[in-house]
Amino acid sequence: MTTIASRPSRARRRAGAVRTGFAGLAGFAGLAGLAGLAGLAGLAGLTLAQPARADILIGATLAETGPAAFLGEPEARTLDMLVAETNAAGGIRGEKVKLIRYDDSGNPDKARTFATRLIDDDQVVAVIGGSTTGSTMAVVPLFEQAGIPFVSLAGAVVIIDPVKTWVFKTPHTDRMACEKIFTDMRARGFTKVGVIAGTDGFGKSMQEQCLAVAGAHGIEIVGNETYGPQDSDMTPQLTNLKNAPGLQAVLNAGMGQGPAIVTRNFRQVGLEVPLYQSHGVASKSFIELAGPAAEGVRLPAAALLVAEKLPDDDPQKPVVLGYKTAYETATGQPVSTFGGHAFDAYKLLIAAIERAGSTDPARIRDALEQTRDFMGTAGRVTFTPADHMGLDETAFRLLEIKDGDWTLVQ
Amino acid sequence: MRVPSWLADPRARVLVLLAVLIALAPLLFPSGYYYRVGTLVFLNALTVTGLVILTGYAGQVSLGHAGFFGIGAYACAVGTSHFGLAPGLCVALGAGLAGGLALAVGRPILRLKSHYLAVATLGLGILIAMVLTNEGQWTGGPDGMSAPTLPLRAWLRAWGVPLSPAQAWYALSGLVLLAGAWMALSLRESASGRALRALHDSEVAARVIGIDVARAKGRAFAISAVYASVAGSLMALFNGFVNPAMAGFMHSIELVTMVVLGGAGSVLGGVVGATVLTVLPQTLTVFQEYEMTMLGLIMMVMMIFLRQGVVPGLVGAWTAWRGRRARP
Repeated sequence: MTTIASRPSRARRRAGAVRTGFAGLAGFAGLAGLAGLAGLAGLAGLTLAQPARADILIGATLAETGPAAFLGEPEARTLDMLVAETNAAGGIRGEKVKLIRYDDSGNPDKARTFATRLIDDDQVVAVIGGSTTGSTMAVVPLFEQAGIPFVSLAGAVVIIDPVKTWVFKTPHTDRMACEKIFTDMRARGFTKVGVIAGTDGFGKSMQEQCLAVAGAHGIEIVGNETYGPQDSDMTPQLTNLKNAPGLQAVLNAGMGQGPAIVTRNFRQVGLEVPLYQSHGVASKSFIELAGPAAEGVRLPAAALLVAEKLPDDDPQKPVVLGYKTAYETATGQPVSTFGGHAFDAYKLLIAAIERAGSTDPARIRDALEQTRDFMGTAGRVTFTPADHMGLDETAFRLLEIKDGDWTLVQ
Repeated sequence: MRVPSWLADPRARVLVLLAVLIALAPLLFPSGYYYRVGTLVFLNALTVTGLVILTGYAGQVSLGHAGFFGIGAYACAVGTSHFGLAPGLCVALGAGLAGGLALAVGRPILRLKSHYLAVATLGLGILIAMVLTNEGQWTGGPDGMSAPTLPLRAWLRAWGVPLSPAQAWYALSGLVLLAGAWMALSLRESASGRALRALHDSEVAARVIGIDVARAKGRAFAISAVYASVAGSLMALFNGFVNPAMAGFMHSIELVTMVVLGGAGSVLGGVVGATVLTVLPQTLTVFQEYEMTMLGLIMMVMMIFLRQGVVPGLVGAWTAWRGRRARP
């Protein structure tokens, strides 16, 4: 590089024309390149400052920012809260838990990079995360290859079907939501159903699952519509459904603002049949956004949403009420089912590490798979080699919105 | 010490510098994760090199280049899973598709100038992302689909190369980047490259001296699309997974930011821009919630003090400093 820099005459001659100043550029390229190199080296330096090896390192890659932040944010807060709780109580067998948490903003490529970092660089013993199905599926091969237990917080059934040795998940699947809804529809005598779904990952996946299991529940799909996740008006699709022959009920698969707009438009086009929403709307903001139109809407949801309203003899009540109180005290924010999924994942993992009596990833995985009758916010979990979600349909509660609040449908 | 004659060519210097950096960086890598970041840097830099040709040489803006990246990525994912294509061939297929589409669409789109061109390319990129999202039976929909991974471990063992797959990917993507940079640098000094730079300065003047402006622009567009597509294909094979966000608007913006940050006119600038914007988010994770704020702050400071981008800005500062020193 000194040889290049030792040709000042040439560099000066072209000094005026920066855009064509190739000699100068090459001369200075050394520095610029070094800056890049220094960047990577700096990265090395920063992450080399790792915690003492005695800690139990648990990794997390969550969508704390970006469009899926409503999932990742409560998940991150929940994990922080729980780790502090564990360490305050003396850790696991006297060893502190250290959480290494990255924000992948729901981007599968970023999630993959962070997963590599957690495995190769941070050398964690287990990982929680993947707020979305996309970011989960992007990292699954890495954990399978590295042999690190991974507990996903995403919904779709593809994560655990087919079963993957190192991959578990805590949320209900969309297929279970469909089954819960169809069971209730049958009980109320509805068999001709219209489906409307968002074209985002959640909506699309649930739509597919619902169409797939409808026949088995004796449900006939008489209309099938979709809308874009950013759409602000769904009246054309709902008008189509209204004109579907013999329509008795409508099912909306979607999350975010879409279902709220569907609910408003639903009344505006004069549809009188019952509307079912999915577990994707299970937050208070849905009721606020949809307003009075939300009255009478039914949806499957985790018990967490109605923690206080559960009967006292419900075995899940202490768990969900405990988490709700702890979360709301710690963060000052209303609890959401998504944070609940992180709660379940962490508790399952900690229990497995305790049972394994070791921080060897393979032994943690084996202990995790032997989980029996764990009561979490999503329901009772029993893992088997063939089932890495361990929930059944009863884990869902059917709710109805009455007077701007959730009520349990008995 | 005399400079060897082959190093007198500024192109060769840039390439040698790049090659040395690529070869030496692993000495600082404590774990496999750094090879992944390195590979990401090189693949981003490859896409950005294509954009340097389009934006830096020819002066045309594209806000839809992630679309071509996505075409390359999905050519590998869909081509291999639905049509049983060999992974090597899918890179070529993606490049052909992206280049063909760019040529076909480039003609009408590149008649537009400045804002209008930006909006048209933006539309193209979004359109591609929408197709990838909505044609779920082919593309796996919004959650993406898995792509084949190269059986690198088996190959490396068969050839007796003592590298891990991560290291092999690092080397492969580094070599592809070198090849891409070499072509871009050569193009710059060729007749076509001069034509591009001429039309960058003034389309009318370029037309007057006999340059077929529409053709030249179309070519630059297609070449940059092929760069993006090859990078996308390699990314798909590297990750073993593709998703529509690869073709999304945010990714397009990220690519343009890399070009501008590094310095639009220079290949090395593109590489520096890609390096900074790939590595920074990884380093800034220590700031937790303030990560995005820090990233924005650093980019703002860079753009305020190095207005023409990092590389041209530093080159300018360097030559000015030497000039001052030469006449005290």
